[in-house]
Amino acid sequence: MSTISAPTTVGPAPTNVGPARVRAAKTSEAGRSQSRMSRRLLSALAVVVALAWVFPIYWMVNSAFQPLNKLQAENPAWLPIGGTISNIRRVVNDGTFWQAMRTSLAVVVLVLVAALIFAFLAALAVSRFRFRGRKSFILAILVVQMIPAEGLFISQYQVLDGWGLVNKVAGLALVYTAAILPFTIWMLRGFVAGVPIELEEAGMVDGLSRVGAFFRITFPLLAPGLVAAGVFGFLQAWNEYTLALVVMTDPAQRTLPLWLQSLVESNRATDWGVVMAGSAVIAIPVIAFFLLVQGRMTSGLVSGAVKG
Amino acid sequence: MAATAPTIPGTATPGTTPPVRRRRPRMGAYALLVPATVLIAVALGYPLVRQFRISFQEYGLKQQFGAAPEWVGLQNYTDLLSDSYVWTVIARSIAFCLVNAAVTMLIGVALAVLMQRVGRGARITLQVSLLLAWGTPVLASMTVWQWLFDTQNGVINWTLANVFGLDSWAHHSWIIQPLSFFFVATVIVVWMSVPFVAFSIYAGLLQVPEETMEAAQLDGASPRQRFWGITIPMIRPVLSIVLLLQVIWDLKVFTQIYTLQRAGAPTRDTNLLGTLIYSYSKDFGTAGALATIMLVITLALTGFYIRQMLKEDEL
Repeated sequence: MSTISAPTTVGPAPTNVGPARVRAAKTSEAGRSQSRMSRRLLSALAVVVALAWVFPIYWMVNSAFQPLNKLQAENPAWLPIGGTISNIRRVVNDGTFWQAMRTSLAVVVLVLVAALIFAFLAALAVSRFRFRGRKSFILAILVVQMIPAEGLFISQYQVLDGWGLVNKVAGLALVYTAAILPFTIWMLRGFVAGVPIELEEAGMVDGLSRVGAFFRITFPLLAPGLVAAGVFGFLQAWNEYTLALVVMTDPAQRTLPLWLQSLVESNRATDWGVVMAGSAVIAIPVIAFFLLVQGRMTSGLVSGAVKG
Repeated sequence: MAATAPTIPGTATPGTTPPVRRRRPRMGAYALLVPATVLIAVALGYPLVRQFRISFQEYGLKQQFGAAPEWVGLQNYTDLLSDSYVWTVIARSIAFCLVNAAVTMLIGVALAVLMQRVGRGARITLQVSLLLAWGTPVLASMTVWQWLFDTQNGVINWTLANVFGLDSWAHHSWIIQPLSFFFVATVIVVWMSVPFVAFSIYAGLLQVPEETMEAAQLDGASPRQRFWGITIPMIRPVLSIVLLLQVIWDLKVFTQIYTLQRAGAPTRDTNLLGTLIYSYSKDFGTAGALATIMLVITLALTGFYIRQMLKEDEL
């Protein structure tokens, strides 16, 4: 207790500034090798962080292939050597899994078709036209995203109930589409704004109609943006849990996340292998899909946020 | 199942040719906005208005079986706000939101800067790893983390006991104590949220022009000065929007808390606003009032910020 030396923290700060200034002034040989050293250290740090971050996913896959006795052994089995596919088989042979898969697919297809068409039209309006209320609309799009959907679910349930849409694919798709539309419009707006109008005008000078110029010139350039927005919508609808929990109360109408939660609740503490197999079966296709297009998603967000 | 799926009202209307007309672009623009606006109004706007109305009504079991709802004025609100438990949950939610948003932003910025400073191989390794975490469905992540933190055979307890020699952690139950419950929840939420933050900010960093940095370097600015004086101001728009989204998302967190509660945590000590509203699902009036309170809190936390953003950025 008595040896606490508070002022030491002041020390390092000035010394840090010194060498940097020297380096900036004259890029000496020593300075360069020092920066190479620090680059190497940082790279090592990055790899360590990467391994820590990916570990849960590795563990999911690893456990999915472990037999029950290895999962409950004194020491964990770190590698799926001598693994089993019986966990995966149990999941895939389960009728309720395929039922949930069909429901999820139906919801996702409906959501994607509606959200992409509607968002595309709206994005076109706000980035290609100047009209009164344009700014208010963009503002509204931002504000709508602030609405805590988690606070709204009971009311949404009641509304759907009134229209006989509870436990219906269409009902869930309706609330999902409304939930992802604002962000999709926001994202597509960035992409549409990124295609210079001059290209279209050049097409019109060459004799195309405005609609023709749009579909021949702008639309193909927007394809990556539409794909990115589509994947974003797919992920949202595929993964969503809360609204599904409220709207799909009938076990026969479960989506995949609801199915997984019921799998957890019936196998927790008894067989984590099956639970991990179920998680992996749901997660891996999604992850693969996501990896394919994420770059465009991020750039879409940033350009939507930064550009006009 | 799939065969019975009817179309969403309005899917058929837009057709293939957008009503873009050369002569009357204004009307064309409005027409383009109609489908999206109608759908949002029907599935978000109407429930929001309805919820607001119901929050002033007595709407319990009796009403669900057909009795007319009774207007009770501010009764639901005063009932909620005079309950000290509700205040505890509100304070807890705000604390959870701010801690999670802060930790996520710090790690996210750190990793974005790291991505910029390391070699190509290390960067791609880090990016792929973050993407894997980002792409994992929430429910799958939740089950994996429950398994990692499992009392009996969880690898975290095993590591603490056998690698770090902390024997008392051998069969530690992580979610029984509220504080430890929220620690687990924070680890999971941060793990899921950091990739989005890191990638958005990294994309922002890439837009900082190299020439500016070189000019500052020639003028003798230290790396730290360059970071705080040039990089941060230039990526401010991205930082703002990411932080804003993070605060909103972390305030309305539901799935993570709900699934952890289902794993056997004491509900009352671990409720946040989302799960508390859900627990009122038999009493629509109270649920509506609490949801309205939550909306007000969200606006209070973010309103100033949104105003600032609107002032600075041309939409």
